[in-house]
Amino acid sequence: MKTTKGADRIERVLGGFPVERAPATLLPAVLRRVGLADAYWRLDSPVGPVYIAHSKAGISMVTRARSADDFERSFERRFGRSVSAEKSLPPARVNALVRDLKGEGRRALRYDLRGLSEFEQAVLRKALEIPSGEVRPYSWIAKEIGHPGAVRAAGTALAKNPVPLLIPCHRVVRSDGHIGRYSLGGARNKRRLLEVEGAQPHVLERLAASGVRYLGNPEQKYFCYPTCGGVEKLVRSNTVRFHSEREAVTAGYHPCGDCRPPVARAG
Amino acid sequence: MMSGCAPDAGQVPRPGGALGFRLVLGQPEQYRGRLDRTMAADEGLKRRLADDLDGSFEELVRTYQDRLYSFALRLTARREDAEEAAQDAFVRAYRALGSYPPERIRSLALRAWLYQITLNVVRNRLRGKRLRLVSLDHALSPRGETAWEAPDSEAARPDSRYEESRRRADMATLVAKLPDRYRAPILLRYVEGLSLEEVAKVLGQPVGTAKSNVHRGVNALREALVASRREGVRR
Repeated sequence: MKTTKGADRIERVLGGFPVERAPATLLPAVLRRVGLADAYWRLDSPVGPVYIAHSKAGISMVTRARSADDFERSFERRFGRSVSAEKSLPPARVNALVRDLKGEGRRALRYDLRGLSEFEQAVLRKALEIPSGEVRPYSWIAKEIGHPGAVRAAGTALAKNPVPLLIPCHRVVRSDGHIGRYSLGGARNKRRLLEVEGAQPHVLERLAASGVRYLGNPEQKYFCYPTCGGVEKLVRSNTVRFHSEREAVTAGYHPCGDCRPPVARAG
Repeated sequence: MMSGCAPDAGQVPRPGGALGFRLVLGQPEQYRGRLDRTMAADEGLKRRLADDLDGSFEELVRTYQDRLYSFALRLTARREDAEEAAQDAFVRAYRALGSYPPERIRSLALRAWLYQITLNVVRNRLRGKRLRLVSLDHALSPRGETAWEAPDSEAARPDSRYEESRRRADMATLVAKLPDRYRAPILLRYVEGLSLEEVAKVLGQPVGTAKSNVHRGVNALREALVASRREGVRR
Protein backbone atom coordinates (compact mmCIF):
# COMPACT_ATOMS: atom_id res chain seq x y z
CA MET A 1 0.00 0.00 0.00
CA LYS A 2 1.41 3.34 -0.97
CA THR A 3 1.26 6.15 1.52
CA THR A 4 -0.86 8.84 0.01
CA LYS A 5 -0.84 12.50 0.84
CA GLY A 6 -4.00 12.02 2.93
CA ALA A 7 -2.47 9.22 4.95
CA ASP A 8 0.58 11.35 5.59
CA ARG A 9 -1.59 14.09 7.01
CA ILE A 10 -3.49 11.61 9.15
CA GLU A 11 -0.25 10.33 10.63
CA ARG A 12 0.92 13.84 11.37
CA VAL A 13 -2.30 14.74 13.16
CA LEU A 14 -2.19 11.52 15.19
CA GLY A 15 1.42 12.18 16.14
CA GLY A 16 0.33 15.55 17.48
CA PHE A 17 -1.98 14.07 20.07
CA PRO A 18 -0.64 15.26 23.41
CA VAL A 19 0.64 12.91 26.08
CA GLU A 20 -1.82 13.14 28.96
CA ARG A 21 -0.44 13.68 32.44
CA ALA A 22 -1.26 10.75 34.69
CA PRO A 23 -3.18 11.85 37.79
CA ALA A 24 -1.01 12.51 40.85
CA THR A 25 -2.84 9.71 42.67
CA LEU A 26 -1.61 7.02 40.28
CA LEU A 27 1.96 6.54 41.54
CA PRO A 28 1.10 6.43 45.27
CA ALA A 29 -1.76 4.01 44.57
CA VAL A 30 0.48 1.66 42.58
CA LEU A 31 3.26 1.74 45.18
CA ARG A 32 0.74 1.07 47.93
CA ARG A 33 -0.80 -1.84 46.07
CA VAL A 34 2.54 -3.54 45.48
CA GLY A 35 3.64 -2.82 49.04
CA LEU A 36 6.40 -0.38 48.14
CA ALA A 37 4.86 2.85 49.31
CA ASP A 38 5.93 4.69 52.38
CA ALA A 39 2.94 5.69 54.44
CA TYR A 40 2.88 7.71 57.62
CA TRP A 41 1.05 8.22 60.87
CA ARG A 42 0.99 11.33 63.00
CA LEU A 43 1.31 10.39 66.67
CA ASP A 44 1.70 12.29 69.89
CA SER A 45 4.95 11.79 71.77
CA PRO A 46 6.46 13.23 74.95
CA VAL A 47 8.15 15.83 72.73
CA GLY A 48 5.03 16.75 70.78
CA PRO A 49 3.45 15.37 67.61
CA VAL A 50 5.74 13.34 65.37
CA TYR A 51 5.34 11.87 61.90
CA ILE A 52 6.25 8.21 61.50
CA ALA A 53 6.74 6.74 58.02
CA HIS A 54 7.14 3.09 57.14
CA SER A 55 7.88 1.13 53.98
CA LYS A 56 7.88 -2.53 53.05
CA ALA A 57 11.30 -2.79 54.70
CA GLY A 58 10.28 -1.24 58.03
CA ILE A 59 9.98 2.10 59.81
CA SER A 60 11.74 4.59 57.59
CA MET A 61 11.43 7.96 59.27
CA VAL A 62 10.42 9.61 62.54
CA THR A 63 10.46 13.38 62.65
CA ARG A 64 8.71 16.50 63.78
CA ALA A 65 7.10 18.83 61.22
CA ARG A 66 4.83 21.83 61.24
CA SER A 67 2.27 20.17 59.02
CA ALA A 68 1.64 17.03 57.01
CA ASP A 69 2.66 18.94 53.88
CA ASP A 70 5.96 19.97 55.47
CA PHE A 71 6.58 16.39 56.50
CA GLU A 72 5.83 15.00 53.04
CA ARG A 73 8.18 17.54 51.48
CA SER A 74 11.02 16.84 53.88
CA PHE A 75 10.57 13.09 53.43
CA GLU A 76 10.74 13.43 49.66
CA ARG A 77 13.78 15.69 49.92
CA ARG A 78 15.61 13.22 52.12
CA PHE A 79 14.72 9.95 50.39
CA GLY A 80 13.71 10.99 46.88
CA ARG A 81 10.47 9.03 47.06
CA SER A 82 6.97 10.00 47.94
CA VAL A 83 5.02 9.30 51.11
CA SER A 84 1.31 9.39 51.79
CA ALA A 85 -0.89 9.36 54.86
CA GLU A 86 -1.66 5.91 56.27
CA LYS A 87 -5.35 5.19 56.67
CA SER A 88 -5.05 2.28 59.10
CA LEU A 89 -4.05 2.70 62.72
CA PRO A 90 -0.47 2.08 63.80
CA PRO A 91 0.39 -1.24 65.49
CA ALA A 92 -0.17 -1.11 69.25
CA ARG A 93 3.54 -1.56 69.87
CA VAL A 94 4.50 1.48 67.81
CA ASN A 95 1.80 3.50 69.48
CA ALA A 96 2.96 2.57 72.98
CA LEU A 97 6.60 3.21 72.16
CA VAL A 98 5.97 6.64 70.71
CA ARG A 99 3.28 7.91 73.03
CA ASP A 100 4.78 6.86 76.35
CA LEU A 101 8.22 5.51 75.41
CA LYS A 102 6.96 2.38 77.12
CA GLY A 103 7.67 -1.16 76.14
CA GLU A 104 10.80 -2.85 75.02
CA GLY A 105 9.56 -3.71 71.55
CA ARG A 106 12.08 -1.51 69.79
CA ARG A 107 14.32 -4.37 68.82
CA ALA A 108 11.39 -6.39 67.50
CA LEU A 109 10.45 -3.64 65.04
CA ARG A 110 11.91 -3.59 61.56
CA TYR A 111 13.70 -0.46 60.41
CA ASP A 112 14.25 0.68 56.85
CA LEU A 113 17.86 1.87 57.00
CA ARG A 114 18.54 1.66 53.26
CA GLY A 115 20.83 4.44 52.15
CA LEU A 116 22.90 4.38 55.33
CA SER A 117 26.44 2.99 55.36
CA GLU A 118 27.27 -0.26 57.11
CA PHE A 119 29.03 1.70 59.85
CA GLU A 120 26.04 3.98 60.37
CA GLN A 121 23.68 1.01 60.53
CA ALA A 122 25.94 -0.73 63.06
CA VAL A 123 25.94 2.39 65.26
CA LEU A 124 22.15 2.61 65.17
CA ARG A 125 21.62 -1.09 65.85
CA LYS A 126 24.00 -0.83 68.79
CA ALA A 127 22.02 2.08 70.22
CA LEU A 128 18.98 -0.23 70.19
CA GLU A 129 20.70 -2.35 72.85
CA ILE A 130 20.74 0.41 75.48
CA PRO A 131 17.89 -0.32 77.90
CA SER A 132 15.28 2.25 78.81
CA GLY A 133 16.32 4.41 81.76
CA GLU A 134 20.00 4.03 80.99
CA VAL A 135 22.57 5.99 78.99
CA ARG A 136 25.93 5.18 77.39
CA PRO A 137 28.68 7.45 76.09
CA TYR A 138 29.47 7.81 72.37
CA SER A 139 32.79 6.06 73.01
CA TRP A 140 30.93 2.96 74.22
CA ILE A 141 29.09 2.66 70.89
CA ALA A 142 32.31 3.09 68.93
CA LYS A 143 34.12 0.47 70.98
CA GLU A 144 31.23 -2.00 70.93
CA ILE A 145 30.99 -2.03 67.13
CA GLY A 146 34.73 -2.57 66.81
CA HIS A 147 35.80 0.96 65.91
CA PRO A 148 37.05 2.36 69.22
CA GLY A 149 38.70 5.30 67.48
CA ALA A 150 35.57 6.39 65.62
CA VAL A 151 33.83 8.22 68.48
CA ARG A 152 33.14 11.34 66.45
CA ALA A 153 31.90 9.31 63.48
CA ALA A 154 29.57 7.43 65.80
CA GLY A 155 28.16 10.78 66.94
CA THR A 156 27.65 11.83 63.34
CA ALA A 157 25.89 8.57 62.55
CA LEU A 158 23.57 9.03 65.53
CA ALA A 159 22.80 12.57 64.40
CA LYS A 160 21.66 11.10 61.08
CA ASN A 161 19.34 8.62 62.78
CA PRO A 162 16.25 8.60 60.53
CA VAL A 163 14.11 7.02 63.25
CA PRO A 164 14.76 8.85 66.55
CA LEU A 165 12.57 7.87 69.53
CA LEU A 166 12.36 4.32 68.18
CA ILE A 167 16.09 3.81 67.73
CA PRO A 168 16.93 5.53 71.03
CA CYS A 169 19.84 7.76 70.08
CA HIS A 170 18.72 9.97 72.97
CA ARG A 171 20.28 7.37 75.28
CA VAL A 172 23.75 8.16 73.97
CA VAL A 173 25.46 11.05 75.80
CA ARG A 174 28.90 12.57 76.14
CA SER A 175 31.17 10.89 78.66
CA ASP A 176 31.92 14.24 80.32
CA GLY A 177 28.30 14.38 81.40
CA HIS A 178 26.92 16.71 78.76
CA ILE A 179 23.62 15.49 77.42
CA GLY A 180 24.79 16.15 73.87
CA ARG A 181 22.84 17.17 70.83
CA TYR A 182 19.54 15.82 69.63
CA SER A 183 17.97 15.89 66.18
CA LEU A 184 14.39 15.85 67.42
CA GLY A 185 14.20 19.33 68.82
CA GLY A 186 17.52 19.77 70.57
CA ALA A 187 19.04 18.96 73.96
CA ARG A 188 15.95 20.03 75.85
CA ASN A 189 13.91 17.29 74.25
CA LYS A 190 16.69 14.77 74.82
CA ARG A 191 16.63 15.61 78.52
CA ARG A 192 12.84 15.37 78.53
CA LEU A 193 12.91 11.88 77.00
CA LEU A 194 15.53 10.69 79.48
CA GLU A 195 13.41 12.04 82.32
CA VAL A 196 10.33 10.21 81.05
CA GLU A 197 12.40 7.03 80.91
CA GLY A 198 13.63 7.58 84.47
CA ALA A 199 17.29 8.15 83.71
CA GLN A 200 17.37 11.34 85.87
CA PRO A 201 19.64 13.39 83.61
CA HIS A 202 20.26 16.09 86.26
CA VAL A 203 21.71 13.49 88.63
CA LEU A 204 23.85 12.08 85.85
CA GLU A 205 25.13 15.52 84.93
CA ARG A 206 26.03 16.34 88.53
CA LEU A 207 27.84 13.08 88.89
CA ALA A 208 29.74 13.52 85.64
CA ALA A 209 30.59 17.11 86.56
CA SER A 210 32.26 15.84 89.72
CA GLY A 211 34.36 13.55 87.56
CA VAL A 212 32.65 10.26 88.40
CA ARG A 213 32.47 7.91 85.40
CA TYR A 214 31.75 4.49 86.95
CA LEU A 215 30.13 2.96 90.00
CA GLY A 216 31.45 -0.14 91.74
CA ASN A 217 29.74 -2.93 93.67
CA PRO A 218 32.01 -3.57 96.72
CA GLU A 219 30.61 -7.05 97.52
CA GLN A 220 30.98 -8.53 94.06
CA LYS A 221 33.81 -6.26 92.98
CA TYR A 222 32.54 -5.18 89.58
CA PHE A 223 32.12 -1.72 88.11
CA CYS A 224 29.49 -0.30 85.75
CA TYR A 225 28.31 2.75 83.91
CA PRO A 226 26.32 4.78 86.46
CA THR A 227 22.92 3.97 84.92
CA CYS A 228 23.53 0.24 84.42
CA GLY A 229 20.60 -1.62 85.91
CA GLY A 230 18.79 1.65 86.65
CA VAL A 231 19.69 4.82 88.53
CA GLU A 232 18.45 3.51 91.91
CA LYS A 233 21.94 2.20 92.38
CA LEU A 234 23.19 5.76 92.47
CA VAL A 235 21.42 6.47 95.73
CA ARG A 236 22.58 3.31 97.44
CA SER A 237 25.15 4.22 100.06
CA ASN A 238 27.50 1.34 99.50
CA THR A 239 28.41 2.11 95.87
CA VAL A 240 32.00 3.01 95.19
CA ARG A 241 32.69 5.86 92.78
CA PHE A 242 35.44 5.73 90.20
CA HIS A 243 36.81 8.52 88.02
CA SER A 244 38.28 6.18 85.42
CA GLU A 245 38.39 2.52 84.51
CA ARG A 246 42.06 2.47 85.50
CA GLU A 247 41.10 3.53 89.01
CA ALA A 248 38.46 0.77 89.17
CA VAL A 249 40.79 -1.90 87.85
CA THR A 250 43.58 -0.82 90.22
CA ALA A 251 41.13 -1.18 93.09
CA GLY A 252 40.58 -4.79 92.05
CA TYR A 253 37.22 -4.36 90.31
CA HIS A 254 36.31 -6.09 87.05
CA PRO A 255 34.01 -4.68 84.36
CA CYS A 256 30.30 -5.51 84.55
CA GLY A 257 29.20 -8.09 82.00
CA ASP A 258 25.96 -6.27 81.23
CA CYS A 259 27.11 -2.75 80.40
CA ARG A 260 30.67 -3.73 79.45
CA PRO A 261 32.70 -0.65 80.43
CA PRO A 262 36.02 -0.40 78.60
CA VAL A 263 39.19 -1.85 80.05
CA ALA A 264 42.63 -1.06 78.77
CA ARG A 265 43.99 -4.35 77.52
CA ALA A 266 47.03 -5.49 79.43
CA GLY A 267 50.19 -5.58 77.32
CA MET B 1 -15.50 -1.04 38.48
CA MET B 2 -17.29 -1.39 35.18
CA SER B 3 -19.80 1.32 35.85
CA GLY B 4 -17.90 3.59 33.56
CA CYS B 5 -18.74 1.43 30.59
CA ALA B 6 -22.46 2.05 30.43
CA PRO B 7 -23.15 4.75 27.90
CA ASP B 8 -25.04 7.63 29.41
CA ALA B 9 -25.92 11.14 28.46
CA GLY B 10 -22.75 12.47 29.98
CA GLN B 11 -20.69 10.30 27.69
CA VAL B 12 -21.93 11.59 24.36
CA PRO B 13 -18.98 12.01 22.03
CA ARG B 14 -17.68 15.45 22.69
CA PRO B 15 -14.75 16.25 20.49
CA GLY B 16 -12.50 18.47 22.46
CA GLY B 17 -9.63 20.49 21.24
CA ALA B 18 -6.63 19.40 23.18
CA LEU B 19 -4.85 22.63 23.93
CA GLY B 20 -1.67 21.11 25.29
CA PHE B 21 1.17 21.48 22.84
CA ARG B 22 3.72 19.01 21.78
CA LEU B 23 6.11 18.63 18.95
CA VAL B 24 4.33 17.10 16.01
CA LEU B 25 5.99 13.76 15.54
CA GLY B 26 4.47 12.57 12.33
CA GLN B 27 7.57 11.87 10.30
CA PRO B 28 9.03 8.40 10.40
CA GLU B 29 12.56 9.79 10.94
CA GLN B 30 11.40 11.64 14.01
CA TYR B 31 9.76 8.50 15.35
CA ARG B 32 13.06 6.75 15.05
CA GLY B 33 14.88 9.50 16.93
CA ARG B 34 12.46 9.31 19.82
CA LEU B 35 12.57 5.55 19.76
CA ASP B 36 16.36 5.38 20.05
CA ARG B 37 16.39 7.70 23.03
CA THR B 38 13.76 5.84 25.03
CA MET B 39 15.34 2.52 24.13
CA ALA B 40 18.72 3.62 25.45
CA ALA B 41 17.06 4.86 28.65
CA ASP B 42 15.16 1.58 28.94
CA GLU B 43 18.41 -0.41 28.88
CA GLY B 44 19.59 1.26 32.09
CA LEU B 45 16.16 0.95 33.67
CA LYS B 46 15.97 -2.77 32.85
CA ARG B 47 19.38 -3.33 34.45
CA ARG B 48 18.25 -1.60 37.61
CA LEU B 49 14.98 -3.53 37.66
CA ALA B 50 16.87 -6.80 37.29
CA ASP B 51 19.30 -5.88 40.10
CA ASP B 52 16.88 -4.31 42.55
CA LEU B 53 13.21 -4.46 41.61
CA ASP B 54 11.89 -2.84 44.79
CA GLY B 55 14.48 -0.08 44.62
CA SER B 56 13.82 0.87 41.00
CA PHE B 57 10.16 0.07 40.43
CA GLU B 58 9.10 3.63 41.29
CA GLU B 59 11.37 4.85 38.48
CA LEU B 60 9.55 2.54 36.06
CA VAL B 61 6.19 3.97 37.11
CA ARG B 62 7.44 7.55 36.89
CA THR B 63 8.91 6.90 33.44
CA TYR B 64 5.83 5.27 31.95
CA GLN B 65 2.81 6.52 33.88
CA ASP B 66 1.91 9.36 31.52
CA ARG B 67 2.19 7.24 28.39
CA LEU B 68 0.30 4.22 29.70
CA TYR B 69 -2.36 6.46 31.21
CA SER B 70 -2.74 8.34 27.90
CA PHE B 71 -2.98 5.05 26.03
CA ALA B 72 -5.58 3.67 28.44
CA LEU B 73 -7.50 6.95 28.30
CA ARG B 74 -7.68 6.80 24.51
CA LEU B 75 -8.94 3.23 24.75
CA THR B 76 -11.45 3.71 27.57
CA ALA B 77 -12.25 7.43 27.17
CA ARG B 78 -12.93 7.79 30.88
CA ARG B 79 -10.36 9.16 33.27
CA GLU B 80 -11.38 6.90 36.15
CA ASP B 81 -11.24 3.81 33.96
CA ALA B 82 -7.92 4.87 32.53
CA GLU B 83 -6.40 5.45 35.96
CA GLU B 84 -7.61 2.10 37.27
CA ALA B 85 -6.38 0.35 34.13
CA ALA B 86 -2.96 1.99 34.37
CA GLN B 87 -2.77 1.08 38.08
CA ASP B 88 -3.69 -2.54 37.33
CA ALA B 89 -1.13 -2.64 34.53
CA PHE B 90 1.70 -1.47 36.80
CA VAL B 91 0.70 -3.87 39.58
CA ARG B 92 0.69 -6.73 37.08
CA ALA B 93 4.04 -5.62 35.73
CA TYR B 94 5.50 -5.55 39.26
CA ARG B 95 4.27 -9.05 40.04
CA ALA B 96 5.52 -10.40 36.72
CA LEU B 97 8.94 -8.77 37.14
CA GLY B 98 9.14 -10.25 40.62
CA SER B 99 8.70 -13.72 39.17
CA TYR B 100 11.17 -13.28 36.30
CA PRO B 101 14.83 -14.23 36.59
CA PRO B 102 17.15 -11.21 36.12
CA GLU B 103 18.27 -12.31 32.62
CA ARG B 104 14.68 -12.28 31.46
CA ILE B 105 14.13 -8.73 32.77
CA ARG B 106 17.31 -7.55 31.08
CA SER B 107 16.22 -8.95 27.70
CA LEU B 108 12.64 -7.70 27.92
CA ALA B 109 11.20 -5.47 25.18
CA LEU B 110 10.14 -3.26 28.06
CA ARG B 111 8.07 -0.64 26.29
CA ALA B 112 6.10 -3.05 24.12
CA TRP B 113 5.63 -5.33 27.12
CA LEU B 114 4.11 -2.53 29.20
CA TYR B 115 1.73 -1.46 26.42
CA GLN B 116 0.76 -5.09 25.97
CA ILE B 117 -0.12 -5.46 29.66
CA THR B 118 -2.12 -2.21 29.52
CA LEU B 119 -4.00 -3.31 26.42
CA ASN B 120 -4.83 -6.67 28.03
CA VAL B 121 -6.02 -4.99 31.22
CA VAL B 122 -8.28 -2.65 29.26
CA ARG B 123 -9.64 -5.51 27.15
CA ASN B 124 -10.36 -7.61 30.24
CA ARG B 125 -12.11 -4.75 31.94
CA LEU B 126 -14.27 -4.16 28.91
CA ARG B 127 -14.78 -7.79 28.00
CA GLY B 128 -18.30 -8.52 26.86
CA LYS B 129 -19.01 -4.87 26.35
CA ARG B 130 -18.30 -2.87 23.28
CA LEU B 131 -15.92 -0.04 23.69
CA ARG B 132 -18.04 3.03 23.68
CA LEU B 133 -17.80 5.41 20.81
CA VAL B 134 -16.22 8.38 22.37
CA SER B 135 -13.83 10.99 21.36
CA LEU B 136 -10.20 10.36 22.06
CA ASP B 137 -9.72 13.89 23.17
CA HIS B 138 -12.87 13.83 25.21
CA ALA B 139 -12.51 16.45 27.91
CA LEU B 140 -8.79 16.20 27.61
CA SER B 141 -7.73 19.80 27.74
CA PRO B 142 -6.14 20.85 31.02
CA ARG B 143 -8.74 23.48 31.82
CA GLY B 144 -11.64 21.45 30.55
CA GLU B 145 -11.83 23.86 27.65
CA THR B 146 -12.57 22.53 24.23
CA ALA B 147 -12.58 24.00 20.78
CA TRP B 148 -16.22 23.23 20.27
CA GLU B 149 -17.34 24.38 23.64
CA ALA B 150 -15.88 27.79 23.08
CA PRO B 151 -17.28 28.90 19.74
CA ASP B 152 -16.49 32.52 20.56
CA SER B 153 -12.84 31.77 20.56
CA GLU B 154 -13.01 30.66 16.95
CA ALA B 155 -13.23 34.20 15.75
CA ALA B 156 -10.70 35.37 18.27
CA ARG B 157 -8.12 32.81 17.27
CA PRO B 158 -8.39 32.01 13.61
CA ASP B 159 -4.79 30.87 13.72
CA SER B 160 -3.07 27.66 12.86
CA ARG B 161 -2.91 26.62 16.48
CA TYR B 162 -6.65 26.62 16.64
CA GLU B 163 -6.94 24.83 13.31
CA GLU B 164 -4.48 22.24 14.47
CA SER B 165 -6.26 21.48 17.71
CA ARG B 166 -9.57 21.35 15.88
CA ARG B 167 -8.17 18.92 13.33
CA ARG B 168 -6.88 16.83 16.17
CA ALA B 169 -10.26 16.80 17.86
CA ASP B 170 -11.98 15.72 14.65
CA MET B 171 -9.39 13.01 14.14
CA ALA B 172 -9.81 11.86 17.73
CA THR B 173 -13.50 11.31 17.17
CA LEU B 174 -12.79 9.32 14.05
CA VAL B 175 -10.21 7.13 15.75
CA ALA B 176 -12.64 6.47 18.57
CA LYS B 177 -15.13 5.18 16.03
CA LEU B 178 -12.65 2.78 14.46
CA PRO B 179 -13.24 -0.92 14.99
CA ASP B 180 -11.18 -2.38 17.86
CA ARG B 181 -8.89 -4.26 15.49
CA TYR B 182 -7.69 -1.02 13.94
CA ARG B 183 -7.83 1.34 16.86
CA ALA B 184 -5.10 -0.22 19.00
CA PRO B 185 -2.64 -0.54 16.07
CA ILE B 186 -3.28 3.07 15.03
CA LEU B 187 -2.82 4.39 18.57
CA LEU B 188 0.34 2.37 19.16
CA ARG B 189 1.98 3.21 15.85
CA TYR B 190 1.17 6.89 15.42
CA VAL B 191 0.06 8.31 18.77
CA GLU B 192 2.46 6.36 20.96
CA GLY B 193 5.13 6.20 18.29
CA LEU B 194 6.04 2.53 18.56
CA SER B 195 7.93 0.73 15.81
CA LEU B 196 6.06 -1.81 13.69
CA GLU B 197 7.98 -4.58 15.44
CA GLU B 198 6.82 -3.27 18.81
CA VAL B 199 3.23 -2.90 17.62
CA ALA B 200 3.33 -6.52 16.49
CA LYS B 201 4.65 -7.60 19.90
CA VAL B 202 1.95 -5.68 21.75
CA LEU B 203 -0.79 -7.15 19.57
CA GLY B 204 0.72 -10.63 19.58
CA GLN B 205 0.65 -10.65 15.79
CA PRO B 206 3.27 -11.31 13.12
CA VAL B 207 4.86 -8.06 11.92
CA GLY B 208 3.19 -8.41 8.51
CA THR B 209 -0.26 -8.68 10.06
CA ALA B 210 0.35 -5.74 12.38
CA LYS B 211 1.63 -3.69 9.46
CA SER B 212 -1.43 -4.37 7.35
CA ASN B 213 -3.72 -3.59 10.29
CA VAL B 214 -1.98 -0.24 10.70
CA HIS B 215 -2.40 0.47 6.98
CA ARG B 216 -6.01 -0.59 6.97
CA GLY B 217 -6.60 1.59 10.00
CA VAL B 218 -5.15 4.59 8.20
CA ASN B 219 -7.26 3.84 5.13
CA ALA B 220 -10.37 3.51 7.27
CA LEU B 221 -9.54 6.83 8.89
CA ARG B 222 -9.07 8.49 5.51
CA GLU B 223 -12.41 7.20 4.26
CA ALA B 224 -14.08 8.35 7.47
CA LEU B 225 -12.44 11.75 7.10
CA VAL B 226 -13.72 12.11 3.54
CA ALA B 227 -17.19 10.98 4.62
CA SER B 228 -17.31 13.41 7.53
CA ARG B 229 -16.28 16.27 5.24
CA ARG B 230 -18.99 15.36 2.78
CA GLU B 231 -21.47 15.40 5.64
CA GLY B 232 -20.18 18.74 6.77
CA VAL B 233 -20.68 20.20 3.28
CA ARG B 234 -24.20 18.84 3.07
CA ARG B 235 -25.14 20.39 6.40
